[in-house]
Amino acid sequence: MDYSQFLHMHAELSLLLVIVVLFFADLFMCPDKKSGRGTFNTALPVILLAIHTVVTLMPGSESGEAFGGMYLYTPMTSVMKAILSVGTLIVFLMAHSWLKNEDNLVKQGEFYLLTLSTLLGMFFMISSGHFLMFFIGLELASVPMAALVAFDKRRFESAEAGAKFILLALFSSALLLYGVSFIYGTCGTLYFNDLATHIDGSLVQILALTCFIAGMGFKISLVPFHLWTADTYEGAPTVVTSYLSVMSKGAAAFTLLVVLIKVFAPMVESWDVAFFWLVTASITIANIFAVRQKNLKRFMAFSAISQAGYVILGVMSGTAQGMSALVFYLLVYLVANLGAFAVLNVVEQNSGKIGMDDYNGLYQTNPRLAFLMTLCLFSLAGIPPFAGFFSKIFVFMSAFHAGHHVLVLIALINTVISLYYYLLIVKAMYIKTSDAPIATFKSDAYTRVGLFLCMVGVFLLGFVGVYNYLSTINYGI
Amino acid sequence: MEYTLYILLLPFLSFLLLGICGKWFSHRLSGLIGTCSLLAVTALSYLTAYEYFTMPRLADGTFERIVPFNATWLPFFNEGLHFDIGILLDPISVMMLIVISTVSLMVHIYSFGYMHGERGFQRYYAFLSLFTMSMLGLVVATNIFQMYLFWELVGVSSYLLIGFYFTSPAAIAASKKAFIVTRFADMFFLIGILLYGYYCGTFSFDSPEAMNIAQGGFILPAALGLMFIGGAGKSAMFPLHIWLPDAMEGPTPVSALIHAATMVVAGVYLVARMFPLFIAYAPSTLHIVAWVGAFTAFYAAAVACVQSDIKRVLAFSTISQIGFMMVALGVCTSTDPHEGGLGYMASMFHLFTHAMFKACLFLGAGCIIHAVHSNEMSAMGGLRKYMPITHLTFGISCLAIAGIPPFSGFFSKDEILTACFQYSPVMGWVMTIIAAMTAFYMFRLYYGIFWGTENKELHAHHTPHEAPLTMTIPIIILAAITCVCGWMPLGDTGFMPFGHFISSDGLAYHIHLDPTVAVTSIIFAVAAILLATYIYARDRQPIADALADRFSSLHKWAYHRFYMDEVYQFVTHRIIFAHISKPIAWFDRHVVDGFFNFLAWGTNSLSYAIRGFQSGRVQQYAWVFFVGVLIVILIMVL
Repeated sequence: MDYSQFLHMHAELSLLLVIVVLFFADLFMCPDKKSGRGTFNTALPVILLAIHTVVTLMPGSESGEAFGGMYLYTPMTSVMKAILSVGTLIVFLMAHSWLKNEDNLVKQGEFYLLTLSTLLGMFFMISSGHFLMFFIGLELASVPMAALVAFDKRRFESAEAGAKFILLALFSSALLLYGVSFIYGTCGTLYFNDLATHIDGSLVQILALTCFIAGMGFKISLVPFHLWTADTYEGAPTVVTSYLSVMSKGAAAFTLLVVLIKVFAPMVESWDVAFFWLVTASITIANIFAVRQKNLKRFMAFSAISQAGYVILGVMSGTAQGMSALVFYLLVYLVANLGAFAVLNVVEQNSGKIGMDDYNGLYQTNPRLAFLMTLCLFSLAGIPPFAGFFSKIFVFMSAFHAGHHVLVLIALINTVISLYYYLLIVKAMYIKTSDAPIATFKSDAYTRVGLFLCMVGVFLLGFVGVYNYLSTINYGI
Repeated sequence: MEYTLYILLLPFLSFLLLGICGKWFSHRLSGLIGTCSLLAVTALSYLTAYEYFTMPRLADGTFERIVPFNATWLPFFNEGLHFDIGILLDPISVMMLIVISTVSLMVHIYSFGYMHGERGFQRYYAFLSLFTMSMLGLVVATNIFQMYLFWELVGVSSYLLIGFYFTSPAAIAASKKAFIVTRFADMFFLIGILLYGYYCGTFSFDSPEAMNIAQGGFILPAALGLMFIGGAGKSAMFPLHIWLPDAMEGPTPVSALIHAATMVVAGVYLVARMFPLFIAYAPSTLHIVAWVGAFTAFYAAAVACVQSDIKRVLAFSTISQIGFMMVALGVCTSTDPHEGGLGYMASMFHLFTHAMFKACLFLGAGCIIHAVHSNEMSAMGGLRKYMPITHLTFGISCLAIAGIPPFSGFFSKDEILTACFQYSPVMGWVMTIIAAMTAFYMFRLYYGIFWGTENKELHAHHTPHEAPLTMTIPIIILAAITCVCGWMPLGDTGFMPFGHFISSDGLAYHIHLDPTVAVTSIIFAVAAILLATYIYARDRQPIADALADRFSSLHKWAYHRFYMDEVYQFVTHRIIFAHISKPIAWFDRHVVDGFFNFLAWGTNSLSYAIRGFQSGRVQQYAWVFFVGVLIVILIMVL
């Protein structure tokens, strides 16, 4: 057996190593509730993950495969994995203040292991070359996720959110598997590279495609497969919500694009028209719901659904340009969204408040946090010169070039609506006053580092030519 | 010659320093900062000119074009098109450096006295520095886009300085008028630049391969024509001249610097900059330039004959003289100065001499206004005994502009007339007559100020006095330059060296007077001066009054500048505002705003209507999920 093929899997292997190290660290670091000493040091997983990110980004060959084509490697998958690793790193940084709660002290190791397991699942999903590998990755990314959602298991909302998530995840997985079985039935193979020649757009395959889109649509939370999102986001711990809103969505969107182009390319007309309606519905309905939300985590849920619609705009063009636009959009969305969640989280940890009205007058008491939040929201809304403006432009451009003129127009109108509700928070923080504003507090060093990373992204990503760099990478499709 | 960068940086730094910290500085200190930085700039400009013109010429006899500094500012992806910021030295830009720094330095010194004790003294010097920086940046631009950037900066500083007395409604109105009219023209300039950049693939002034692309079509002539409209706006060509007379509301030294010597000739400079293109690809556009210039020169001269505000007379005289420069450029038919290309050199020569004597005239007018506290000729008369220095220098400048040898204006105007006669006798005679009109109205002004009856009533409680040294020294220097710069001997190049440095083909051109043209123009000028003497030099002016009565309607029309402002009022208010702007405003208020209000209302009510979907029940979620799948299948199949 040729072991050099394992080198293509350096991202997964290094992540696995991180998991093993953390597992043993968890075993030997005995928690001591009273003194707080001997507990897990946040720096350890952060440093390990940083090293892992560097390993992931190490230049490999132009393409490669392992396990007889079950696993495919391209430089672009490495970039995507590195982006996800950086996001996880930021999540770990902001999780520090939450994990130091009395309830969570004993469970810190679990949090890291569960999170990294889902990350590993996403990695395999991204690199899969076979529907079975894809499905295993998907499940590895889902099941620990349900445990994470229910992490505060003594809190009713958290447990309920976990239950809802796992039930609907099973439902969507079942549908997806059902669709995969149709594919096997009509084509006799599940290897991506072999499938393209067998796809002819018959009715059964349309059924298969729909089930596949529905399964991925659940992960990306596209309307109408999105209904779990708001409840789960609200119930889950804020840190987990941020992880859920960025990582699993990003990985699923990327995989969706790869599979659609690799496997379902002959049926492009079918999925174009389906996505036209899914995107329109996602962006519009999510925006309409977001306008009314009072709980900021629910609000972010609908914001995430509408952002998912923009992500799929990049998928729809199905071109190399669309691919780089999508990855760039995900990267920019990641920093802006995590930045906003970091502020939400640190405010929640220090004051226990998460409602829109609680944020009234935040600028008076915590001006810097309010300012950072504003920048993140501006980036999410796509206001120049922040990165979100550029990422939206690139996605719109690629969709426009692919001929989706009406859709771009709808997306543009919705951008205006989204600006309205993002500015609602800014208005609450800056203009409205409150009798009992959130008290002034000092955020911890880890959160600050995380916020700093996000701000660097929000300010610089649009200017330093990341998009040009992405356009030069080999996609392997 | 990397030090040329400091020519731009020094005034900019002084602008920043005075603009930001000015309020903590005393008047004297801020004036000194501005003047010293300008002194350094002037020294550097002279050094540049010396080094540049003493360099050995290239093998083909022309001066090398030097780019001592260049930075690519904005590259366009995949297009090969880029915006550069840099410094270009060639004969005309070096000449402009001399003109601008000299006049600006004189104005800086002069303003010490003129603006003494004025509120906002520091602000004034800050704006002067900003203007100087922008104007210098404009002339050394390496490409048309950089020129446009500084062109706009010049417009802004002009706007700020015209409106310097911001408590006076007239000054505010004048500054707005200047800004809007020139911006309107600049719009065409920008369109021209974009056309040029798009079709030629470059913003540089000359790039042979790019020219080949555009050759033959009408794009390049159209682009050049649009650029000329921009130039016509800045240079106050008819009918875009209306802002310049009003711009006289600004402080008088500003009028001398911006609205007489430097900024208003930017349009001439622009045409001269694009001259090789005009000649090669758009000669007919160039001849349109000539006729526009000629008409403007005539129109402004006619109006200047009857104005009573001395700054207005000078303003119309400036418009008329810029018309001369445009004509000189426009009558060129080749790049060879011996065969139809003389006008280029003549135009630049006149630009140079005119800047000096017109600045001197304006600064002299500033001294007079300083003395009698009025702009009106009726408040003047008989001032020659109170203000000998101003009288002398003003007289010299009047002789220069009238075209009397040996003052500089004679030489440059003579070259222009020669060029006109080479182009067509009609143009030659027209311009000769306008030159005579120039002599006439300038001496009408001269006699009206310094001779004639004294206004005893006004002088009774306030005797006019000569201006302080800070004001007289600059006008003496400028008058001295006016005396010599037309024929100044220089080393081995003999007399009148201007053509030695600047000519249309870059080769040394020896200026020689055409005796017929010279004699004709002198005869006309002297006759006009004698006529003015006969009419205006006495205590009373019965002939002038009689003439004004005899041709009362013509006099009235000319006095009201042929009602050009009223025409503008009518076109903008009655036609554009009433019939175009109002309907658009209505559409915006009712249809556009209404649409967005509807959008907001719709979003809100829809979100209320569909809130039942988000019930929190998992069974329902799964059901919606499943129905969603069915709908997607339906969409795909259908």
